[in-house]
Amino acid sequence: MSSIKIYVPRDSAALALGADAVAAAIATQAQQRGLNIELVRNGSRGLFWLEPLVEVETPAGRVAYGPVQPEDVAGLFDAGFHAGGAHALGLGLTDNIDYLRRQERLTFARMGITDPVSLADYQAHEGYAGLRKALQLQPGEVMQQVLDSGLRGRGGAAFPAGIKWKTVAAAQAAQKYVVCNADEGDSGTFSDRMTMEGDPFMLIEGMTIAAMATGATRGYIYVRSEYPHAIATLNEAISNATAAGFLGDSVLGSGRAFHLEVRKGAGSYVCGEETAMLESIEGKRGVVRAKPPIPALKGLFGQPTVINNVITFASVPIILARGAAFYADYGVGRSKGTLPIQLAGNIKHGGLVEKAFGVTLRELMVDYGGGTASGRPIKAVQVGGPLGAYVPEAQWDLPMDYEGWAAVGATVGHGGIVVHDDTADMAKLARYAMEFCAEESCGKCTPCRIGSTRGVEVIDRITKGENRPQQVKLLRDLCDTMVNGSLCAMGGMTPFPVLSALNHYPQDFGLSNLDRKAA
Amino acid sequence: MTSKTAEAAQHTIRRVLDEKRDMPGALLPILHAIQDALGHVPPDAVADIAEALNLSRAEVHGVISYYHHFRSEPARAHVVQVCRAEACQSMGGEALWAHACGKAGNNVTLEPVYCLGLCATAPAMSIDDKPFARVGATKFDHLMAQLRAQQKEAA
Repeated sequence: MSSIKIYVPRDSAALALGADAVAAAIATQAQQRGLNIELVRNGSRGLFWLEPLVEVETPAGRVAYGPVQPEDVAGLFDAGFHAGGAHALGLGLTDNIDYLRRQERLTFARMGITDPVSLADYQAHEGYAGLRKALQLQPGEVMQQVLDSGLRGRGGAAFPAGIKWKTVAAAQAAQKYVVCNADEGDSGTFSDRMTMEGDPFMLIEGMTIAAMATGATRGYIYVRSEYPHAIATLNEAISNATAAGFLGDSVLGSGRAFHLEVRKGAGSYVCGEETAMLESIEGKRGVVRAKPPIPALKGLFGQPTVINNVITFASVPIILARGAAFYADYGVGRSKGTLPIQLAGNIKHGGLVEKAFGVTLRELMVDYGGGTASGRPIKAVQVGGPLGAYVPEAQWDLPMDYEGWAAVGATVGHGGIVVHDDTADMAKLARYAMEFCAEESCGKCTPCRIGSTRGVEVIDRITKGENRPQQVKLLRDLCDTMVNGSLCAMGGMTPFPVLSALNHYPQDFGLSNLDRKAA
Repeated sequence: MTSKTAEAAQHTIRRVLDEKRDMPGALLPILHAIQDALGHVPPDAVADIAEALNLSRAEVHGVISYYHHFRSEPARAHVVQVCRAEACQSMGGEALWAHACGKAGNNVTLEPVYCLGLCATAPAMSIDDKPFARVGATKFDHLMAQLRAQQKEAA
């Protein structure tokens, strides 16, 4: 008798909602009923309100059930779910779930479908087609593909990846490095975590292509310590890839070496800034470096270094496999391709939505997200992490695009969207932004180190009503200094959430119309 | 610390230093390995680490104290981290934090954490690196009761 394939995700979010207990219950029930099952621990499809989302393979395709709790499992077997039988938790064919069907999953094409650490599974789903293609091309041609695809840094800075790679390739050095910034510390973002836990070979493949193109032979993935499952999965994947010859002294027999290692962060937010991250990998305090020199010329251990974020590297394999034109065909303006967007916070259908650039916030929050989880009206939405602005409703219909959004003061950042309902106190959130900056500042530059503490004090005086118009002026002045005088985005962008909260929600700061005019 | 456990700790530190001192940028991997094995980085270890890496004690101490993750004192039986970042705030994370501060119990080291990447299933927390999502006061109390029960069983 052939076995029945049942999928229970191993993604942290699924685990946090009881996926291990569900998997154990399925194994026990199957044994009691004498059923021969194969339990696969896949990544998450990214429909987090349905996790743990259990899937069963049927002749018609994979059928989904969720959210499943251990106590539901016996009933599911009674209903014959292992043959796709009907049940109250049944969601039909997974591929037909509207939320998934309407997405444009290029980078996340395999997410939740494969066993994350199975090389056979990965290759059966187009895995390593990009690297094989890259090895047939000249390094210059590989970089041209990346450049022509229009791929820009997905970590937030949106710098063209191909240009960075070319700079490293042109630099003369005995040792070059490829470093992946996986210090995904922004609240509201989890696409890096999902990639590392759910499709780690994709990241490894992207980094390997970067190494082959630029002549780097060593790579590091810097992962935050808050992501223990991602670290474990990556280590397992690296070891499998090395054993199979995808990493090591001669990548796929090409005679070219690439050695890859995971480095664990230690709870410092600012280490997500690329130069602070380099310091941390070198074993030092995560203090920001002044630029220039740029890391592409003098990076890790002073050597030329490609630094990209997880999603940037993860986008590379499909660009090589299918060609630059295929990828560049998605998107709008100078924002090419797709972005794995993360819907988070107070949202009914939170999860991962990969769409081509050009999608609007309203589509994301309402059509996909279904509004708030609390059922109350949406009051504010922060896009692009703790350093991103709160976007007012007037801008919710603006197509997502790096340039278009920057023009109105909004940041795409890493594509994290945090929704707040009408109970949110925007003055409190603005104060929190300054407080967080004070806590996490590396201390190297004064605007960030001191400005953030002064910022908390000024906001407190505003909310207490101590000479409001003057204090508002002071806050704006302080923010101006931080924006223009800080060494990195930590101090330089903390004013974005603060000022956007002040500008769009002045009533939360206790500002009357009169105060507003005076300020 | 009894002399026997001190000796065992010393042995662990030696082993970690021998294993990792030659790695490029060895300090963080060494501190992680020591903390993973001993639960903290004993202040006594600073001099040995500094010597092995040819650093000053101030440099090693500076790194340990810079990063939130490293602790110089042992934690209690369980480390509970409650997320206080924006996404969790939007779902009552601050109320959970306040509740946790009152209810965590003396077998728990309670710490704030700024994002566990569980932002679509907030509020989130972790117990000894195990993630939990959509945690309200009732679920928190239930998890703490489980920890106490585990400890009684072990005792």
